[in-house]
Amino acid sequence: KCPRVSPVVTLCYCFVSPQIRVKPDNTGVVTDGVKHSMNPFCEIAVEEAVKLKEKKLIKEVVAVSCGPQQSQETIRTALAMGADRGIHVDVSGKDYENLGPLQVSKILAALAKQEDAQLILLGKQAIDDDCNQTGQMTAALLDWPQGTFASEVSLEGDKINLVREIDGGLEHIKINTPAVITADLRLNTPRYATLPNIMKAKKKKIATVKPADLGVDLTSRLEVLKVEEPPQREAGMKVETVEDLVVKLKEAGRV
Amino acid sequence: MAALFKARRALSSFFTGCRSLSQLAELPETHQILRQTCRDYADRELSPIAARLDKEHVYPAKQIQELGAMGVMAMEVPEELGGAGMDYLAYSLAMEEISRGCASTGVVVSVNNSLYIGPILKFGTEEQKKQWIQPFTTGEKVGCFALSEPGNGSDAGAASTIAHQEGDEWVLNGTKAWITNSWDASAAIVFATTDKTLKHKGISAFLIPMPHPGLSLGKKEDKLGIRASSTANIILEDCRIPLGYMLGPRGSGFKIAMQTLDSGRIGIAAQALGIAQASLECAADYAHKRTAFGAPIGKLQAIQFKLADMAVAIEGARLLTWKAALLRDSKKAFTKEAAMAKLAASEAATFCSHQAIQVLGGMGYVTDMPAERHYRDARITEIYEGTSEIQRLVIAGQLLKEYQL
Repeated sequence: KCPRVSPVVTLCYCFVSPQIRVKPDNTGVVTDGVKHSMNPFCEIAVEEAVKLKEKKLIKEVVAVSCGPQQSQETIRTALAMGADRGIHVDVSGKDYENLGPLQVSKILAALAKQEDAQLILLGKQAIDDDCNQTGQMTAALLDWPQGTFASEVSLEGDKINLVREIDGGLEHIKINTPAVITADLRLNTPRYATLPNIMKAKKKKIATVKPADLGVDLTSRLEVLKVEEPPQREAGMKVETVEDLVVKLKEAGRV
Repeated sequence: MAALFKARRALSSFFTGCRSLSQLAELPETHQILRQTCRDYADRELSPIAARLDKEHVYPAKQIQELGAMGVMAMEVPEELGGAGMDYLAYSLAMEEISRGCASTGVVVSVNNSLYIGPILKFGTEEQKKQWIQPFTTGEKVGCFALSEPGNGSDAGAASTIAHQEGDEWVLNGTKAWITNSWDASAAIVFATTDKTLKHKGISAFLIPMPHPGLSLGKKEDKLGIRASSTANIILEDCRIPLGYMLGPRGSGFKIAMQTLDSGRIGIAAQALGIAQASLECAADYAHKRTAFGAPIGKLQAIQFKLADMAVAIEGARLLTWKAALLRDSKKAFTKEAAMAKLAASEAATFCSHQAIQVLGGMGYVTDMPAERHYRDARITEIYEGTSEIQRLVIAGQLLKEYQL
């Protein structure tokens, strides 16, 4: 008998430009005018949620994004892919600059309780900050089991069978619901939204909430001291023989 | 929905009145998502294979089916018949993004949407729509449009393909030339004369399934560009079809063709925009990376002027294309604007692709870079669906009417 779980999928709105520059005051990277869109791993999470709904294993897919007004775009894209409704957690200005995994996890935990969600699906990490923490922290705050780096998900009664991609290979686990799952690259191939679904997405609702409404404190526990560019790539050096190469590598302290 | 109409009203009042350009900067949200979706598809699925498709003259069957699944092969068709139920502005945006990835794929999409489905949607009976449109929305089947002949292209009224009635059948004889999609199509709209004495008023339109006895294809043309789409003659020798396969009333073929081409021009304008945009991006990217005289060539005014001229040509043609699409969507007269769009966009495409090769220098002349393919793909946009000369005649004709000369 399949559980009628209702999942919440969270989306990252992150910058995807190939050319990133450090701000002149070294406090961060330049984000103004840089193209933002849905995090690729989050696309995979949305696709998995929509697939579960198509298999009638879950009732409703809610797409969530935390960020400024523009992050609603990612919610609309998720709606066009098949999510049922969206929640935009409005965070902007200084709060948005300080928004990190801990703050997002607190928001998600509060939303999960409010929505009585049974399943939270996220991308394993955002490609702008590469933190890989939000899923894990959210599970901890809710005291829920977590299945991270998922490359296969299947629901079995009120349990979830997961295959995780780990350094040593593939790990098979079984966890109880409610749970948090983070999507890895090979979980699925996200669909392109069909044009009729893009039209239908317009009619789906996106609710806006503020973190304060959820009782979440956004103060950061981290202070960014400095952000620097990696050292400029220097010209290489040619050597005549393998022995020379080993000598040079030892001199440079590389071996 | 209300936001969509408000945005549209704002857009159309910009065109007729005088509002600030910033109101045009924002397409309606649905259209923005649509544009991004098509762009993502083109970047991921079309651009990487475009060079190979061109080199090997391969019809992109898989991609056409994927586009069909997205709804792109039948954008204007109502959902009940399997289409996307969107407007022509959406179609122009989709066409531009797809052509930016692969111009050949773009023309396959355009011919199916504007030249094949378009007239059936407008002039077909409900039965004909079910039979001839529904199976052609998924990308599994595409259609083609057979108007030109070896003896007449621009002179469409001089059709020499003949259709005469024999009992409960039409029998067609003649040859059609330059038919896009011919080798990959499952149906054709063929224009033939049912009464030569009435000249262009004696031409009628016919729906013919492919393959069909009496219909054969000439050799695939070896073209300069858009090589992944097939172009060939369609030869009719005692090709027999039921009377019910006539499209629209007898003698209305010329009118159907002209009205169809009006809309088709918007699609081709969008295709040309895609090619032009791809050329500009190629050139601008190269201008950043290539150094000469101690700095990226983008610092040189000669290069900057070229890029600026390219951008202006594209943006102007794009606004003309959107205007024509919006007029058509508002059910207003759009013949002049469509001709202007096609003329401007196709000339922008040839100009931009020419300049892109110039910016790339030697690299622009070799197949390692896409600039040479854009140059070859662009050229046809000034010729098919109405040559630039014909567009000028159409525009002048409309202008003179407006000024009552």
